[in-house]
Amino acid sequence: MNHSTLHTASYDASSLELDVSALRAQFPILKRSMRGKRFSYLDNGATSLKPEAVIAAESRYYSELSANIHRGVYEFSEQATVEYDRARENVARFIGADRNGSVIFTKGTTESVNVVAYGWARKYLGPGDEIVTTELEHHANLVPWQEACKATGARLRFIPVNPDGSLQLDGLEAVIGERTKLVAITAMSNVTGYMPDLKRVIELAHARGARVLVDGAQYVSHHPVNVSALGCDFLVFSGHKMCGPTGIGVLYGKNDVLEAMDPLIYGGDMVSKVKRDEASYKPVPDKFEGGTPNIAGAIALGAAIDFLSEVGMQRIVEHERVLLEYLAERASRVDELVSYGPEDLSARGGIFSFNYGDVHPHDAGALLDQEGVAVRTGFHCAQPLMKVFGVTGTVRASLYLYNTTDDIDALIDGLARIKDVFG
Amino acid sequence: MSLEDDLYKEIILENYRSKKNRRKIEGATLHAEGANPSCGDDLELFLSIEDGVVADASYDGVGCSICCASANLLCESLHGRSTADAQRILGQFKGMLLDELEPEFEDEISDLEAMQGVKHYPVRIKCALLPWNTLEGLLDGVQ
Repeated sequence: MNHSTLHTASYDASSLELDVSALRAQFPILKRSMRGKRFSYLDNGATSLKPEAVIAAESRYYSELSANIHRGVYEFSEQATVEYDRARENVARFIGADRNGSVIFTKGTTESVNVVAYGWARKYLGPGDEIVTTELEHHANLVPWQEACKATGARLRFIPVNPDGSLQLDGLEAVIGERTKLVAITAMSNVTGYMPDLKRVIELAHARGARVLVDGAQYVSHHPVNVSALGCDFLVFSGHKMCGPTGIGVLYGKNDVLEAMDPLIYGGDMVSKVKRDEASYKPVPDKFEGGTPNIAGAIALGAAIDFLSEVGMQRIVEHERVLLEYLAERASRVDELVSYGPEDLSARGGIFSFNYGDVHPHDAGALLDQEGVAVRTGFHCAQPLMKVFGVTGTVRASLYLYNTTDDIDALIDGLARIKDVFG
Repeated sequence: MSLEDDLYKEIILENYRSKKNRRKIEGATLHAEGANPSCGDDLELFLSIEDGVVADASYDGVGCSICCASANLLCESLHGRSTADAQRILGQFKGMLLDELEPEFEDEISDLEAMQGVKHYPVRIKCALLPWNTLEGLLDGVQ
């Protein structure tokens, strides 16, 4: 492996897993500069950059096929259908789904959660039932459950977090009880990268007869996943955070629960027979994909999965681990910097949230932008967790496979500019 | 054009750091909250009106430097002004940032022009406008 292009600074970056320079060459946007500086993209928690193979796959659908799926009897339509179905199989293989589960295409994580909140929770829950979630969640895995509880009379309960942002799993039995019908939990916090012990939560939930939905928006793009081994009933994630295009996402579900659910979207392409006053619906997964789906997006997501599989998910994990340790180490030498999240980095994915003195995150982010560094600032759609940390927001740096220690150096060195302005 | 010239100039930083108007007014005639949900700016504006004149103005809450500096400048510019004056200053300030209008603030409140550079940074315009939009809601209630 070629490590010669990596910046070693004061840290042994030679342990980086990936040949980053070869990978970076596949991302056209990395050839651009930002504000006249080297573009250091550290906002992967919001969305990932796209490799040429994914951009080409999306474009190729429009330039070579362009036909709608399922309905056409001509060659291009047949081929589009084959490629769409192949993308679905590709996703299923990527997450380790066996024949007891199915992959449904949605427009993203948020829609996937809503499909379950409407099609399952509103159908089966009532007063006396409980949905359990956590104080870590992104609003996408919170607000749909608040509304489902309002509509059904069910109660929303929370697994609390410790001051460091880890979950209080010791009292788990008191929260997940006989009334619990669903546990909705993230696989990785979008604020701190903390990864809860899902196995433990899923085992207890299933022992209580509850279903489990895992929000994999931050996790699936960075780690090997096997839903069959994990045992969750639902897994939701987005294509655009895993080198795929925007507007395509996934709802994985076990077939028995998907079959018992109602669709969220009714209309064409999801029906088997339509009479004047009633209709019957296609089997899973088609009954959940009413209307013309995002065909180009699904095909391009398939290409993203091919790309990630070729790089190797375990190697991505190890690459980000080295970068996160490097980032934490450099940050620890900046006096004014306060970081959030468990100190044990092995329980965290490649996300680092911090504040610089009492400088508002928005000001810090604006000054880092001037150094070509792209970070996220604010409360990251996780206001309950911000309350736990006692802050109104943080600066968040989030890593991916194309990041190098140069990006982290740009971030930490960029903090000097904040010091210049705000003292 | 650098960020320090446009956005983080001394006059803005001074107004950001100033604590003079950063306080609650007990028994304020007018009081409202304003928030920018996307970035977490969240502040309260207080006005004491006596005989149609702003006797005191203050703000409290959390916000970035641009938002807080703008709020402090707002409070400074309203002291001793009639509500009609306040309405006019509000219109000029919003016009400066939203409609590219050249501001014509009187000398005593010409510091408000320091905020003009914000218009080069579209995502920060809402930070600068938050206190003023909050004021707008308050004044609408007066009429």
